[in-house]
Amino acid sequence: MVTKSDSTENILEINDLRTSFFTEDLEVKAVDGVSFTIPKGKTVGLVGESGSGKSITSLSILQLVDAPGKIVGGEINFKGENLLDKSEAEMRKIRGKEISMVFQEPMTSLNPTYTVGQQIGESFMIHDKVSKKEAYKRSLEMLKLVGIPSPEKRIDQYPHELSGGMRQRVMIAIALAGNPELLIADEPTTALDVTIQAQILELIKDLQERLNMSVLLITHDLGVVAETCDYVAVMYSGKIVEYADVRSIFNNPQHPYTVGLIHSLPPHDRDIEGDLPVIKGAVPSPSEMPEGCRFAPRCPFASEICNTLPQLKTDERGNQVRCWIYTDEWDGDPEVNVREKERTS
Amino acid sequence: MLTYIIRRLLQTIPVIIGVSLIVFSLMHLIPGDPAQIMAGESAPKEQVENIRERLGLNDSYPVQYWNYIRDAAKGDLGSSIRSGRDVTEEIGGRFWVTVELAIYSTALSVFLGLIAGIVSATKKYSWQDVTLMVLALFGLSMPNFWLGLMLIKWFAIGFDLPSWIPFIENTSWFKPSGWGSFQQVVLPVITLGTGGAAIIARMTRSSMLEVIDQDYIRTARAKGAKERVVIYRHALKNALIPVVTVVGLQFGALLGGAVLTETVFAINGLGKLIIDAIQARDFPVVQGSVLVVSLLFVLVNMIVDITYRYLNKRIDLN
Repeated sequence: MVTKSDSTENILEINDLRTSFFTEDLEVKAVDGVSFTIPKGKTVGLVGESGSGKSITSLSILQLVDAPGKIVGGEINFKGENLLDKSEAEMRKIRGKEISMVFQEPMTSLNPTYTVGQQIGESFMIHDKVSKKEAYKRSLEMLKLVGIPSPEKRIDQYPHELSGGMRQRVMIAIALAGNPELLIADEPTTALDVTIQAQILELIKDLQERLNMSVLLITHDLGVVAETCDYVAVMYSGKIVEYADVRSIFNNPQHPYTVGLIHSLPPHDRDIEGDLPVIKGAVPSPSEMPEGCRFAPRCPFASEICNTLPQLKTDERGNQVRCWIYTDEWDGDPEVNVREKERTS
Repeated sequence: MLTYIIRRLLQTIPVIIGVSLIVFSLMHLIPGDPAQIMAGESAPKEQVENIRERLGLNDSYPVQYWNYIRDAAKGDLGSSIRSGRDVTEEIGGRFWVTVELAIYSTALSVFLGLIAGIVSATKKYSWQDVTLMVLALFGLSMPNFWLGLMLIKWFAIGFDLPSWIPFIENTSWFKPSGWGSFQQVVLPVITLGTGGAAIIARMTRSSMLEVIDQDYIRTARAKGAKERVVIYRHALKNALIPVVTVVGLQFGALLGGAVLTETVFAINGLGKLIIDAIQARDFPVVQGSVLVVSLLFVLVNMIVDITYRYLNKRIDLN
């Protein structure tokens, strides 16, 4: 195991990850060359519309992509070791122990035939090889940790006896049972009531600080990102289009897509005049994927050069953007201001 | 749980009354006079009339039915018209033969069906899957009596093997008839178990395929559980629910419906008893046997329901 004393060390570095789904005559590139990093102890938000490939990216990290999906290339370096070089047996030791995952649907992500205690305890029994009794004791501790009221009663209940928010707390308890260094939360609040959403996010944030975990938070909700994340990766059509610290993303978004996302958030300080701005169109379907910039067909600034694919460009602060506007090759309006124009259009 | 069982047992009473009423009516609707059959084709009228009187066949139907129910409640199912023995005695000897046959056959079909279904589901579209499902199709389509006859031909009568095969001279390993010894049990159990195994295999396969796509299976994998644990601990328990239904139905059907197999293998079971009794218009035996079979059927269904509850905690028995 690699240990470094450097405090700015990245716990996870994804390089050029490619995951495709294979149908009889088509390769659907769900994740198409994704690269980003998760600094140790930080929360990174992975943001994008449905179908942008963010869930597949997260499943790829744990190699849980179901057939016909397959990781076809890239590197996933976790603590300096490429997970894609690991055997299935080695991956099993990492899943639930070093990297854990919380899923979107708490209603269906728990096995209906086992008690809450049995399902949390299983993690302890798999990874720490403890007895049933010890696993039960530790499961009770986990339920207390995630703030479930009357845990002594809940531990022997079945998932259907719990509310959605409570189930998501149980999911978090299962994920944290292995004391992981990285928690992947795939839309953990999407299926919950708004009031419960805030509680669950607060819980994740609190536990992240107490346990000094790193978190990859997958969401389509920019409000959630603003609340919880240190860094944000914006994903569009299988590619990262922008990666920056959370302040830059909200105060100084670069990519027209990020700008569009932020503008389509309802403002909380004033009434909306007319319609809420939207990004017109939809994520391109895999069969008619543009050759160049994936966002070009929906981009208000698209120019000739956008028919070729731009590369991720890193600025002096480490923020990245994949857009021609910020390059010397830009052939559109030289005075273009991404943020201004979007607001008036 | 106990109150549930008691309630279910009480519920069997109206079921049994209904069944007895239907059987009673049917037996009196079909043509044929048991008194005539007992006395013989050419017996004088007075003799037949005597027998009718003795058996109570001259009473009105409601009176006959009431007498029957009253005696049955005391455990007296009457006596066989044909043999004169108590019906309980007639059934008693055959009851366990049929129950044994049903249990062994069901055990065999569950064992084979589950293995085949799980292998098929976990290796979807592989050659193993295709082979097993083709076999299952054969198992489903094969008539029992034919399979029984073929098994007798091959493995009871057997054929001589060429001399270069060591140790084995011929294939007459099992006995073609009767019940009790291992050699007698094997062939009828295979005959009856094959069809069930095929149904259970197909059921398990489709049920497993559905469950394997569920979110909680991904959760189990994300915990780091071994594939074996994921399949057997997490998937199978959920996939078994529809399978249990099929097993219960199949077991129930075997209790009364193994007639053909019992005939082919000359096993004196309940099925054969009922058929023989129907042919002889032996009302008390038919009524008694059907009553016992339906009682068993109700019990099996209760066990199935209790198993549901064990498999799926969302099912509330009360």
